Amino acid sequence: MKLELRGITKRFGSLVANDSINLTVQPGEIVSLLGENGAGKSTLMNVLYGLYQADAGEILVDDKATHFKGPGDAMAAGIGMVHQHFMLIPVFTVAENVALGHEPTKFAGQIDLSEARTRVKEISDKFGFNVDPDALVRDLPVGVQQRVEIIKALSRNAKTLVLDEPTAVLTPQETDELMSIMKQLASSGTSIIFITHKLREVKEVADRIVVIRLGKVVGEAKPTATASELASMMVGREVDLTVERSKKAPGEVVLSVSNISVRDDRGQLAVDALSLDVRAGEVLAIAGVQGNGQTELAEAIVGLRKLEKGSGEIKFKGANIEHKSVRHRLDDFLSYVPEDRKKDGLISEFTLEENLMLNQSYDDDRGAEFVNRGLINAKVLEAETEKAIKAFDVRTQGSKSLAGQLSGGNQQKLVLAREMSRPHDVLLVSQPTRGVDVGSIEFIHDQIMQERDDQQTAVILISTELDEVLALADRIAVMYRGRIVGIVSADATRETLGKMMAGIAA
Amino acid sequence: MAIEVTPGMFSSQQVKPSMKAGLVMAAFTLLTLITFGFGGNPAIVTFQLTEKGHALSVADFAVSSSGFALLVGGLMGVITLVATALTILKRVVPMWLSLIFGLLWVSALLGWLAAGNVVPVSFILSNAVVLAVPIILGALGGVISERVGVVNIAIEGQLLTGAFVASVIGSVTDNLWLGVLAAAIASAILSMALASLAIKYLVDQIIIGVLINLLVIGVTNFLYSQWLANDGQNVNYPGTFDVLAIPYLSEIPIIGPALFANRVTVYLCFILVPLVWFMLFRTKLGLRARAVGEHPLAADTVGINVARTRFWWVTAGGAIAGIGGAALSIGNVGAFGREMSGGLGFIALAVVILGRWQPFYVSAAALLFGFAIIMRVWANQVSPGIPTDFITMVPYVVTLIAVTGFAGKVRPPAASGEPYTKG
Repeated sequence: MKLELRGITKRFGSLVANDSINLTVQPGEIVSLLGENGAGKSTLMNVLYGLYQADAGEILVDDKATHFKGPGDAMAAGIGMVHQHFMLIPVFTVAENVALGHEPTKFAGQIDLSEARTRVKEISDKFGFNVDPDALVRDLPVGVQQRVEIIKALSRNAKTLVLDEPTAVLTPQETDELMSIMKQLASSGTSIIFITHKLREVKEVADRIVVIRLGKVVGEAKPTATASELASMMVGREVDLTVERSKKAPGEVVLSVSNISVRDDRGQLAVDALSLDVRAGEVLAIAGVQGNGQTELAEAIVGLRKLEKGSGEIKFKGANIEHKSVRHRLDDFLSYVPEDRKKDGLISEFTLEENLMLNQSYDDDRGAEFVNRGLINAKVLEAETEKAIKAFDVRTQGSKSLAGQLSGGNQQKLVLAREMSRPHDVLLVSQPTRGVDVGSIEFIHDQIMQERDDQQTAVILISTELDEVLALADRIAVMYRGRIVGIVSADATRETLGKMMAGIAA
Repeated sequence: MAIEVTPGMFSSQQVKPSMKAGLVMAAFTLLTLITFGFGGNPAIVTFQLTEKGHALSVADFAVSSSGFALLVGGLMGVITLVATALTILKRVVPMWLSLIFGLLWVSALLGWLAAGNVVPVSFILSNAVVLAVPIILGALGGVISERVGVVNIAIEGQLLTGAFVASVIGSVTDNLWLGVLAAAIASAILSMALASLAIKYLVDQIIIGVLINLLVIGVTNFLYSQWLANDGQNVNYPGTFDVLAIPYLSEIPIIGPALFANRVTVYLCFILVPLVWFMLFRTKLGLRARAVGEHPLAADTVGINVARTRFWWVTAGGAIAGIGGAALSIGNVGAFGREMSGGLGFIALAVVILGRWQPFYVSAAALLFGFAIIMRVWANQVSPGIPTDFITMVPYVVTLIAVTGFAGKVRPPAASGEPYTKG
């Protein structure tokens, strides 16, 4: 099926998310839609899928103009979508999820589950997906859940498949498998629109690359284009993707975690007898697929989550910190950048100033004198905030504007500014560049390297992005199911790390 | 494939074993042995298993009150040991074991209260069923509503509406069936208000629920004192359905009369519980309904109209709760009384959670409360020496035992109470 988008425009209030975008996809073609977070890729696809209504423009299927009032119309026209956040119901089985919305029925409106199972089996066998129709979706690894999404689309006879950031949640191996699935689907005649911001994947799989920036198509490229050419198109200026790193010997052990176990919110063991050391002036990266206990580990170090009774200890410069409250850990030695800045790093309804003093609100804190005898010192606060805004290049209308109005990258820089400007020996950063534009990624990486080189900080970098880990780390610890599979030096290959991320020790 | 398909991110055996079931059971066993047994009254207690004049009669069961308590206490001790052993072996204590334990304790309590007296088992059971019916139907309405993602705390208002309308329409038309129908329709209309405010106008669902409850109490109180109280003969004297004994089945000792010699509203409840279960868990419509309550966006992306699905299921739930109200007035009392639902709607709310949003579990939980209510009435008569407050505690004690049987957290429908808006 040939799909054509003509002059699609979508506005949200005064924001133009899509500005007369044109896009054509031929049958059996893999087109990559490349752009930064917030460039308007997902909006465009939601328009295509009928979830949003375009303000202008038209959609042509096989040269016939069509109008999608809802996802139902889009599906009927042969468009299938695999969303970035899976649209699966965790407590339903695979067969029920696939059947939902077009259920086979028998007497008295009963669902014909055996028919639903057969449908799943047929598609699963055809492409070698290896999916059990009776498994509950919540019990499946994300890679398999994604295949369920693809089966869902194919079972509705999708001729064009849209994959929205499909690799964000996958291990490198699963990513490779997805790539081959995509090629297989394309060769059987299915068109694919592959949305991503990862250059390596685009080059590997796409027939054609369409780059989109600030809601506009800024150009097309061949997969033979170099990564930095593509990055420059995406960002609109020259980008340096390499990080300067000096070789140097790390200092003494600053923070040592030995044999700790931590439970997650559901009461299951998320960190399982885990040990690691981090030294002054080194970056220890904790790599791994999301959801393998990284979040719980970080929270245990900060003191937000209790260690399992009798399981082990966390020491700062040789002293056990078990009895120390979060506040004292932060004040004594620790700076913490949580993975979800909107939820845990900032208060959106507070001003930049208020956010900057969130963890320095006591008289006897070691940082700037924001508070004096319980009163906020407005002058100092304003001056320090202005300083931080400058130093960290936070693009804002002023220190009194709300944190919620900042873009993702600028919010992250604000959190980094707060944490890095306080006195600290250990910097714990989780997913520092998730959802951050390429320009800011450059800046944030430089800041982390400065911490390592100039401040002799012990840096723990928790990241699921292999590129980031490889660029910044001195040592890489790979976490899988709550344990460290192994610790390797920074010259490890992607393949080695990928295997370790799947739990296979190097 | 690089990654093995494993159920659960981390294996479920790592869930912390909890000793609470064993501890609670041990406490009740000791209470039974010491208070009811060693400290009890050796006088004879008679368990009357069939009512007089019953064709298939079973001999009464007479036993010394304190001796009976010691026997039952011993059995409870065995169950406690089994439960503790299961916990140590990191296995889950099954629900039915807790239920048996609860029943044993209640029988010991009955024997203790009625020392030197008679326990009319059949009478207690049949009243428990009748009292449970409005709770079951109200809770069924709650289950349906929450399954599609709308929190319904207006069950009290729906019951009261049903009771009022059933009584008035039943009296005026002199047709009780029309009364039931009118109750269902009136309560469904009330639910439409709840549904449209919650779904279309995104008003907070808790607030709407509270307001509906207050509104219905106010309106029915006003109409009652201004109208029904003055003209009761014409508008509030519907009478009740006749008791309909099902041949043979109603002759079964003990449970026969309780289950199969009832008014038609009770039978309606017996039909509705499995029907709702079937609709929710076996049909296409039910699958869609549950999908909407778990993950509305996912349902939307496969072309299910979330708002419409929610609206009609909430309305249907309201109709069922309305029938529950009818069961209260024309199915039991025979007239409408001021605020006659008396908090049953709120009990139903608890029952929805205790019954884990499952029609059959919900019915079992509601029966427990029905039983507790009749216990209070009966125990006051046979054993005036025991403080009423103590007897009033019984339902909650029974609930406590039942709850200890549940392993792990109960999980409501994921999107319950969350409005759904599109971009």
